[in-house]
Amino acid sequence: MKIVAKKPELCDGCGICEETCAQAWFKEKDKEKSAIRIMDNPNGDFNIVVCDHCGECVDVCPVEAIKTAKSGIVTIKDSDCVECYSCVGFCPKGAMFKHPEEPVPFKCTSCGKCVKECPTGAIYMEEV
Amino acid sequence: MSEDQARKVIQTFKYEPKRLERGYSDRTLYVNLSDNTVKAKTISEETKDVFIGGRGYGLYYLWQAVTGVTKWNDPENEIIISCGPIAGITQYPGTGKSIVVTLSPTTGTVIDSNVGGYFGPFMKFSGWDALEVQGKAERDVVVYIDGDKGVVTIEEVPLGDLNTHVLAERLTDYYSESENDKKNISVVSTGTGADNSLMGMLNFSFYDRKRKAVRIKQAGRGGIGSVFRDKNIAAFVIKFSNVNGDLNNPADKKRINDTGIKMHKEVASMDPKQNNMRKRGTTMLTPIANDNDLLPVCNFKFGTHPDAVKITKWEDKFCHTGSDGCWYGCTVGCAKVVFGFELRTGPYKGQKVLVDGPEYETIGAVGSNVGVFDRDHILECNFYCDTYGIDTISFGTGAAFIMECYENGILNKDITGGLELNFGNREAVMELLHQIAGGEGFGKIAGQGIRKMKKIFVEQYGANSRFLEDIGMEAKGLEYSEYISKESLAQQAGYGMANKGAQHDEAWLIFMDTVLKQIPTFEDKAEALHFFPMFRTWFGLVGLCKLPWNDVVPANNADTDEPQKVPEHVENYLNLYNGVTGKEATIDDILFESEAVYNFQRVFNLKMGVGKREHDSIPYRSVGPVTVEEYESRQERYDDQLKDLIGVDPSGKSTEEKIKVVREYREKQYEILVDTVYKRRGWTDQGIPTLDTLKRLRVDFPDVVGLVKKHL
Ligand code: SF4
Repeated sequence: MKIVAKKPELCDGCGICEETCAQAWFKEKDKEKSAIRIMDNPNGDFNIVVCDHCGECVDVCPVEAIKTAKSGIVTIKDSDCVECYSCVGFCPKGAMFKHPEEPVPFKCTSCGKCVKECPTGAIYMEEV
Repeated sequence: MSEDQARKVIQTFKYEPKRLERGYSDRTLYVNLSDNTVKAKTISEETKDVFIGGRGYGLYYLWQAVTGVTKWNDPENEIIISCGPIAGITQYPGTGKSIVVTLSPTTGTVIDSNVGGYFGPFMKFSGWDALEVQGKAERDVVVYIDGDKGVVTIEEVPLGDLNTHVLAERLTDYYSESENDKKNISVVSTGTGADNSLMGMLNFSFYDRKRKAVRIKQAGRGGIGSVFRDKNIAAFVIKFSNVNGDLNNPADKKRINDTGIKMHKEVASMDPKQNNMRKRGTTMLTPIANDNDLLPVCNFKFGTHPDAVKITKWEDKFCHTGSDGCWYGCTVGCAKVVFGFELRTGPYKGQKVLVDGPEYETIGAVGSNVGVFDRDHILECNFYCDTYGIDTISFGTGAAFIMECYENGILNKDITGGLELNFGNREAVMELLHQIAGGEGFGKIAGQGIRKMKKIFVEQYGANSRFLEDIGMEAKGLEYSEYISKESLAQQAGYGMANKGAQHDEAWLIFMDTVLKQIPTFEDKAEALHFFPMFRTWFGLVGLCKLPWNDVVPANNADTDEPQKVPEHVENYLNLYNGVTGKEATIDDILFESEAVYNFQRVFNLKMGVGKREHDSIPYRSVGPVTVEEYESRQERYDDQLKDLIGVDPSGKSTEEKIKVVREYREKQYEILVDTVYKRRGWTDQGIPTLDTLKRLRVDFPDVVGLVKKHL
């Protein structure tokens, strides 16, 4: 499978990936609706938070709303979600997100749109 | 179901499913099985204001239904299930608890028992804050609530195997339309043990999607299952589809979500370092209890045993491939499960079954307390108690009492029908359980519970009644749960003063008292015996589980002013409560709410003839050493106490003499503490809430005041 991989040292914090993601999935610019997040580190560089499809959330979800597809990509079936947010709390990477306007949590689906827009090459698709 | 054609609907009631408002529907479903009345009742604002929900509603409706002379098996007695305003939210661990209330066959007064499973939340989402069932059916019935369609039916079902592991699965299949629909069904059922004993309990089911299995949690205490079967109820079944996180229609969803996510993060990071409940469930308590002289061994004689290490580890037995929350969002997930356990005894011998549990209490009750240190025995006994609908605690504590009587020659093989009921005889323990469930042989006596057994043993077998009073581990007629309280005066009172009888859920103070020494004076203990019972009562008013409160704690909890109260979690609970109801309650407000219900329950006890000081007395076995063997097992400790606390030189004294001195001292301490607690609670020295207290708490209803006045 191909996942979004990262080289944080190349990131300049422009946030284009976040906007692209929010736009792609929610038709909005609100970065809080992005499934990839750029976090400021105190020393001035950046931390890139994005799902690596480890599957912890699949285990913790009580209703099998989160599944690992044959490709290895982890996705959420919105209609099965009971909004318990266990996955948000248990994601070891902090890459499962919840927005006040959206009842169902969301995460990276490895669509690759953000990668295409990143001007520095800090994120890229990697076969794992 | 092959009996499809035989299904006979004897009553149908249609209603408008109602959207909850801030956690409430403000109506209850009333069912009378004598005349098949089914109706909705409206809950008034005043009732809601004082009684809140859950146990409060149970007590309120039961109070209306019974008089001071009503017996558990009178048709007037009710079974009430209610869970309260927070119940059913999916975002925080431990938010799906129901409380079941009825008149108990063993205590004669109110019993309340809390239980997980999906029934309570589904009932709310179907539009009912409580289910109130009165009367007696002529033949076995199922009460079915279809919350999707808004239909309640009373149905006669042909008698098949009523034991839960068969019946709950059969009914889940029967009322669901597909595998995917099974998650929308919850069944309340019991088993033959509830038909034939007074220690019957109720199993509340939830469907485990990942393992494709019907799972159960128990409303265990006080014989509620026996009342259920006395009413000829085979099961309550509910169906509700489309659970989501918004069905309580809360005042402030974001507040709930944020609190829930914060808590899930805490569980994820702290639980593996702390109790590891997610892997071990409440079995994690077993080694702690054994190490701290708290694990009941051989009818509470001892608190530790070298063989206990054989029953302390369970992780390897449990199946770890699913989520073990008894309601959605419980990431603490203590509801552990064992698969493919092969039964060695009884009617299902040779079958491979699923065992829900064991929990700590069961390990103590049917393991160490009867002197059996064997995991397979505990699983076997756990399975059979569950499917027969028998409370593991009352069974285990009762069996331990019988064994001590047997070893003391009070009982013999003639009386027990050949059962050699020595401590450690696991075959005899299993046989006793099968006999209780079948209403056969000595099981007919054993199934009555300790209080009634004591009477029988004295009257029929010439037992010394004082000895039986000392070693029969019950208070108010309820068998003790599984902690040794000898070294914790506060815990002794926690057991003795609990409204329902000897259960630790009102107060669990052993650690604070003896290990951490945080409550040294009588006043400190009394304050703890005020705060904790009130705070813990509140969980039962609103639909919460207590485990996520203090079985996992924030990283900085130890640095807070009152770590034993887990201040951050108290704050979380206020966020949930206020977030659902739109109130702006403080901790003092919720304590006030609980105190009102708690005092009402105390007066309820008075109504049923057990709410006085004399009823708060406890067996000496829970206070100090009854026998020489017991004293000598902790000789150093008791001798030291004689010197240091009592000022008596133990040297040259016989063990009997020392036991006497220790006893006088400890019994006096207990009475002083009871006095101090009564004062703190605003009760008379006879343990009766004063009129001022009732007025302050707004439970000074005319009938309450009238009743209390007679006793002042
Ligand atoms: S901690 Fe255990 S009992 Fe409490 S809600 Fe969670 S699974 Fe149920």
